[in-house]
Amino acid sequence: MSKTNSFSLHFETDWKYADAPESRDHIDLKEQYELFINGQFQKCSSAKYFDSINPANETFLAKIAEANREDIDQAVKSAKSALAQWQKLQAKERAKYIFRIARLIQERAREFSVIETLDGGKPIKESRDIDIPLAAAHFFYYAGWADKLEYAFPGKSVKPIGVVAQIIPWNFPLLMAAWKIAPAIACGNTVVLKPAETTSLTALKLAELIQDAGLPPGVVNIVTGAGETGAELVNHPDIDKIAFTGSTEVGKLIQKSVAGRNVKTTLELGGKAANIIFKDAPIEQAVEGIINGIFFNQGHVCCAGSRLFIEESIEKEVLEKLKWRLETLSVGDPMDKNTDIGAINSKQQLDTIKKYIKIAKEEGLKGFESNQSIPKKGFYCKPTIFTGVSQSSRLAQEEIFGPVLVVQTFRTIDEVIEKANNTPYGLSAGVWTDKGSKAFNLSSRLKAGVVWANTFNKFDPTSPFGGFKESGFGREGGLQGLDAYLKMD
Amino acid sequence: MTNPFDFVSPPIDQIGLIERTQKFSTRSIKNDSKVQALKLALSMIDLTTLEGKDTIGKVQQLCAKAKKPHDFMDVPTVAAVCVYPNMVRVAKQALSKSNIKVASVATAFPSGMSSLKVKKEDVRYAIEEGADEIDMVISRGKFLQGEYSYVFEEIATIKELCKEVSLKVILETGELGSLDNIRLASDIALHAGADFIKTSTGKISSAATMPITLCMLEAIRDYYKKTGLKIGMKPAGGISEAKLAIHYLVMVKETLGQDWLNNSKFRFGASRLANDLLMQLRKQETGFYQSSNYFSND
Repeated sequence: MSKTNSFSLHFETDWKYADAPESRDHIDLKEQYELFINGQFQKCSSAKYFDSINPANETFLAKIAEANREDIDQAVKSAKSALAQWQKLQAKERAKYIFRIARLIQERAREFSVIETLDGGKPIKESRDIDIPLAAAHFFYYAGWADKLEYAFPGKSVKPIGVVAQIIPWNFPLLMAAWKIAPAIACGNTVVLKPAETTSLTALKLAELIQDAGLPPGVVNIVTGAGETGAELVNHPDIDKIAFTGSTEVGKLIQKSVAGRNVKTTLELGGKAANIIFKDAPIEQAVEGIINGIFFNQGHVCCAGSRLFIEESIEKEVLEKLKWRLETLSVGDPMDKNTDIGAINSKQQLDTIKKYIKIAKEEGLKGFESNQSIPKKGFYCKPTIFTGVSQSSRLAQEEIFGPVLVVQTFRTIDEVIEKANNTPYGLSAGVWTDKGSKAFNLSSRLKAGVVWANTFNKFDPTSPFGGFKESGFGREGGLQGLDAYLKMD
Repeated sequence: MTNPFDFVSPPIDQIGLIERTQKFSTRSIKNDSKVQALKLALSMIDLTTLEGKDTIGKVQQLCAKAKKPHDFMDVPTVAAVCVYPNMVRVAKQALSKSNIKVASVATAFPSGMSSLKVKKEDVRYAIEEGADEIDMVISRGKFLQGEYSYVFEEIATIKELCKEVSLKVILETGELGSLDNIRLASDIALHAGADFIKTSTGKISSAATMPITLCMLEAIRDYYKKTGLKIGMKPAGGISEAKLAIHYLVMVKETLGQDWLNNSKFRFGASRLANDLLMQLRKQETGFYQSSNYFSND
């Protein structure tokens, strides 16, 4: 029994996968992108443009307009003037537009997947199998609600809020745009959406698609730019609601700015999810869930299972299996269909992740990383796991937003619940056990908006998503997601 | 022999297991990598004929195919020919001067509904006739009655007879009813001394699937981790397309790695698969699909 770990497996095999790059020949990218205001692409008044690059190889993709106060004002005015007509339209007619957008996304799924991967660095298999199909699914789902809103909230009369400002992050660019736009316009609001500056392209492609769908001008406006542009949008006096997904830091700034204003707000912010594995768990599937929980989308997931809690008696076994699994994750060119872990979204984010890896080393944390090599050019980070981490470590407390997992152990249910809840965040959590009663016990005691049992990182338009504590408030998705875009009497 | 606390089969989550196999299926295998995989799969086949109407002529023809799968392509031979005990001698003769093994089903195949005495005799006979490998069936009835030690003892007893002969233990997963049972049966067979564990007899409609095979591969991995012994795996039935066979190889590569990617540790119990592999190989060579008339049906 003593030598349990001496037998090794060799995943570097004689049989290797040949390169399987997805083609980008069918992609039509313009040299320069303008702002989408009132149904038209128009030049920005700042005449300033910034480059969008491919994080996988640092090559130029397109120039993107930087919207300033004047542009934002025009976009908000356009949304405001579109309101009356959009709301006058029969709800079933609004639904038709949204259905049309959903169908067009499906038709052009391949194009969107490739652009998403080029612009953001995520593996093509994820953009192809998850991001784009889910984005279409959100439009389909909320198209269905458009003419049934009074049934969603029985006994209440529901009205649209008005002009909605939406700011979305760079981790799921098109999907987040869909999460935001679909329920907003289904409820009869009009929208000004700002994508993140490193990933504007699919939102702008969506703008082209919205034109093709014949959506009335001004119902959806898409403005590009960085933080300053976002601040102009948030502070515009004519907006009636802000929906923001992004960092807790920016979320706090937004809340300050809306103080005293009649602006409804929903925030979906950071997370540091506990993924808890008990000794009675289906271990192999749990290991897969841990991997999916933290390394999906390079760990750029607000609900990522970034804190792993292993029941101490199975720590050795789980870690060994994680080590094996790490060796079969292929890291590299996101456009290769066999890549599991692609590029980090930006230089800035890579620096943040590296900072935390440095802190881990300074704290003396032990760990391991994949033995695979990573490309020299582009922004890459090997999947990394730190073990024996204590609750007081900065790595266990702060959101890293990268492929870095910290592992802690526990002995009892009460202990692990206390540790799991001992964080400013509360977005998601995972529980792995074969015992249904245990799963239900934990899901009711964990302070997290989503608790997954024997799975992780599962998303569906019908299911609400959102946080507790500093992970934000408001729910997106499902019936609950309508609530954020309606006034009720 | 084994500490009982050391023998706890973990629960299996079906949804998670299926999800994992779907990831194997999305691997894109192209060009050289595909040719290599097709040849590897061919070399792992147990060409099988297990029918009441098997004749000397039929078995000889199958052996000819085993030795020379294609007229002129440079391809490996299959791993083994699998027959009933009374055809072992015929196959052995037909395959002399080749490295192809002769496998024989035994132990009252396919139901296993007989006494241990009869089963032992069945195995002895097959070995005397010259079988290199024995494919036994477990007693599913006993297993489902909860008589796990009976199942264990039976395998261990047959194993004692096998000595120089490789023992494959068929779980007949389609009759076990759940993945938890499949995992438990795998663990019993592994601990009782199987050299290979095998999914199915091919005699019921429910045969090998990727999730079931993964469940068994993971049992093999845990057993290896515990003992250092590398036990083989044989999915049987239901694998007739080259593309699916390649997905299986991806699964083996990413679950157990290099040491299992050869025909001493992994086999396909599939006969129709051979021609599809050959057809795909020919397509890789010429760029065109050939008519199935150009591939011999034996």
